[in-house]
Amino acid sequence: MVTLTINAKAQQLDVPDDMPLLWVLRDVAHLTGTKFGCGIAQCGACTVHVDGAPLRSCITPVSAVAGKSITTIEGLSPDASHPVQRAWAELDVVQCGYCQSGQIMSAAALLAKIPKPSDADIDQALSGNICRCGTYPRIRAAVKRAAELG
Amino acid sequence: MNSRNDISRRGFLKSTAIVGGALVVAFTLPGGRRLAWAAGTDNATFSPNAFLRVGSDNSVTVLLAHSEMGQGIWTGLAMLIAEELDADWSKIRVEHAPADAAYGSKVFGGLQGTGGSTSIWSEFDRYRQAGAVARTLLVQAAANRLGVPVEDIRTENGEVIVGEKHIPYGDLAAEASQLPALDPASVKLKEAKDWKVIGKPTKRLDTPEKINGSARFGMDVQFEGLMTAVVARSPVFGGSAKSFDATRAKAVPGVRQVVQVPSGVAVIADHYWAAKVGRDALTVDWDLGQHAGLDSVKLLTEFKKLATTKGQTAAQSGDISASLDKAAKTLDIEYHVPYLAHAPMEPLNCTVKLNADSCEIWTGTQFQTVDQQVTAKFTGLKPEQVQVHTMFLGGGFGRRATPTSDFVTEAVQVAKAAGVPVKTVWSREDDVHGGYYRSAFLHKARIGLDKDGLPLAWEQVIVGQSIGAGTPFEAMLVHEGIDHTSVEGVADSAYLKTIAHHVSLHSPTTGIPVLWWRSVGHSHTGFVMESIIDELANAAGKDPLEYRRVLLKNEPRLLGALNLAAEKANWGSPLPNGHARGIAVHASFGSYVAQVAEVSVTDDVIRVHRVVCAVDCGVAVNPQGIAAQMESGVAFGLSAALHSKLTFKDGKVQQSNFHDFQVLRLNEMPVVETHIVPSTDKMGGIGETAVPPVAPAVANAVFALTGQRLRELPLQLAGV
Repeated sequence: MVTLTINAKAQQLDVPDDMPLLWVLRDVAHLTGTKFGCGIAQCGACTVHVDGAPLRSCITPVSAVAGKSITTIEGLSPDASHPVQRAWAELDVVQCGYCQSGQIMSAAALLAKIPKPSDADIDQALSGNICRCGTYPRIRAAVKRAAELG
Repeated sequence: MNSRNDISRRGFLKSTAIVGGALVVAFTLPGGRRLAWAAGTDNATFSPNAFLRVGSDNSVTVLLAHSEMGQGIWTGLAMLIAEELDADWSKIRVEHAPADAAYGSKVFGGLQGTGGSTSIWSEFDRYRQAGAVARTLLVQAAANRLGVPVEDIRTENGEVIVGEKHIPYGDLAAEASQLPALDPASVKLKEAKDWKVIGKPTKRLDTPEKINGSARFGMDVQFEGLMTAVVARSPVFGGSAKSFDATRAKAVPGVRQVVQVPSGVAVIADHYWAAKVGRDALTVDWDLGQHAGLDSVKLLTEFKKLATTKGQTAAQSGDISASLDKAAKTLDIEYHVPYLAHAPMEPLNCTVKLNADSCEIWTGTQFQTVDQQVTAKFTGLKPEQVQVHTMFLGGGFGRRATPTSDFVTEAVQVAKAAGVPVKTVWSREDDVHGGYYRSAFLHKARIGLDKDGLPLAWEQVIVGQSIGAGTPFEAMLVHEGIDHTSVEGVADSAYLKTIAHHVSLHSPTTGIPVLWWRSVGHSHTGFVMESIIDELANAAGKDPLEYRRVLLKNEPRLLGALNLAAEKANWGSPLPNGHARGIAVHASFGSYVAQVAEVSVTDDVIRVHRVVCAVDCGVAVNPQGIAAQMESGVAFGLSAALHSKLTFKDGKVQQSNFHDFQVLRLNEMPVVETHIVPSTDKMGGIGETAVPPVAPAVANAVFALTGQRLRELPLQLAGV
């Protein structure tokens, strides 16, 4: 039994200690906004915040985040009003959309740490998030726009 | 999936009906088969076959005959209906249509599917007609209600307007649905000068659910009682499980069943993680079959050997030998490209709920008709008993349209064996190892130049696997031994039209399943042809842009795109030290795309700074979507140009995940600019068309910068 605080709600979940947080979120807590892309922390689709910091949930055993506060895309804002989400909508970033939860969570974590990121900061924070549709130029522009909105 | 025919046959909008208080405009099929709409009945079993519904709440729901996989048709097809309907854009909703013959594509012989960059141009008339018929009926309903002639009625922004009176469409839906059917051909479509929606840069309609986690992909399907399966498949293509020991797998908490299916051994569990751990704990004794010796190095040697002889003739004109003899200069050139996985971000998955007399499928698919047919085949049901729910696709790039619907077939077999609803999920490693790759290709060309350095004879031998051969689509794709998808971009190249040429093809079989991969044959022929042209320009001592202008002087659309890209990129203007430009132009899927790439090289690492695209696709329905697809094609093409490669040893694929099957990342993405050639010419596709020119534009820039001509993808400078 693991106790997690997911999107500000404390939950007790009966899952094996070594089960990755990603699958606890998706298959047990039924929060499917966090995506499975690679399973080895290479693509970033599974990015969530743990105590505010970005984390690849696909390689994180749930026991490692027991008692911590986890934020998923569903909990980033109640109404897609987070500056990153507003910038994403304004700049028409998404295509297939599958990687975008992870992109948005990585971007939000970056802006929480560095409110006015440079291109190098954006490279550093977001090059771990793969997008096969190639939304990268719009992601870069939207991170900058979110910095203005935030 | 890449055939492209004129729109000559039209579906007929004939029936209207009220369903749940909505005006529904349905099409009947050519040949007179009428869709089974039961007006005003409470019959809950009819198949909904319609392109739009106008709700009593004023909503307009557009049903997509094609799949949204990022390319933006969720918005583009809706724009076509909104244009003719004079809809209120804020009231538009979109849904994927169910699998039904009514949604068949005329360019795919009536099959329902998505590919070949066809969705917008091939539906341009059908979707506009759907909107126009709906509008005409709403106007007639208003005319009847108010006793005024239709000539006194106009429509705007989701309302019928008569003098000062505004009636929202929803108010008229019930009355409009009682009106007699209309032949869509009898409805006048707007003239281009009156368009308000078509041609206007329009934001995506699927953004809200894709930025808050609520968009539902196949992977996200969940319901009470659904199990997850992970399948152990043969490590070598064509192999099969001789026997297996599931003791350790069954000991994994959450694992419920282990079943054998034709493709391997499936572990079925409460959730993915248990199924994956269980799968990895299986001991399977594989019969590796005939291909356990598969080896990329040997394959390349075989391809090279094949290329020393002419293959099956794909195109020819004039006397190639005599013309080569006359040449002032002859160049012998060889290019090759590797096998590639599509690697969409969403690994393959398919959910199956099988009952005694029905089956439901939920998946991200590009090929609903085939999914329905294979499910019927493997369950013994009739196709109409199989319901396909198309979910958002987390990328497709061709992988979600196989001639056998491999991932659907397997999921159905797993569900059938398990006797419970099952979602079969592929790991990334399963996806990379799962076959249906872009084939490796080798091109060997001998080109004769005249005294001015212009080509007068062109001989090219192409070696690579056929997508169509040996599949249910062979008759459609392979003609007289030529799979057109292997030679497109060469056999029909504008450069060859007026000179003596001979293009031939060898289609070896290797045991590796191959498939269309975004831009299909053009993914290699664009690279090869535009690199070769650059080589010829260099041999002739000419500027690559000027050289192309001469060769393409009678090709206005290629030339238009070329000139626009060159102008916007300031071709010939000074660049920072260590930077160079390369140019390429390629026709594919009915459109014409030119690109100018600006690159630099540091420590033998190629860096692409900027790509300027010019595209002529005829009518540009959504310029914003087109720009997004140019960016997308550049990124996809650059992954292959700079990184991706699959190799085989001892029968097995050597790569497994994004650490060794590398794709472009954000820090490597260039600035991309898109310029649209104003055009009212014949419409072409968009989604794939930016892929072919980017590798050659970059390779040509690398040559301009370093003098190294790179004839292989991924591009790699000597010294790395």
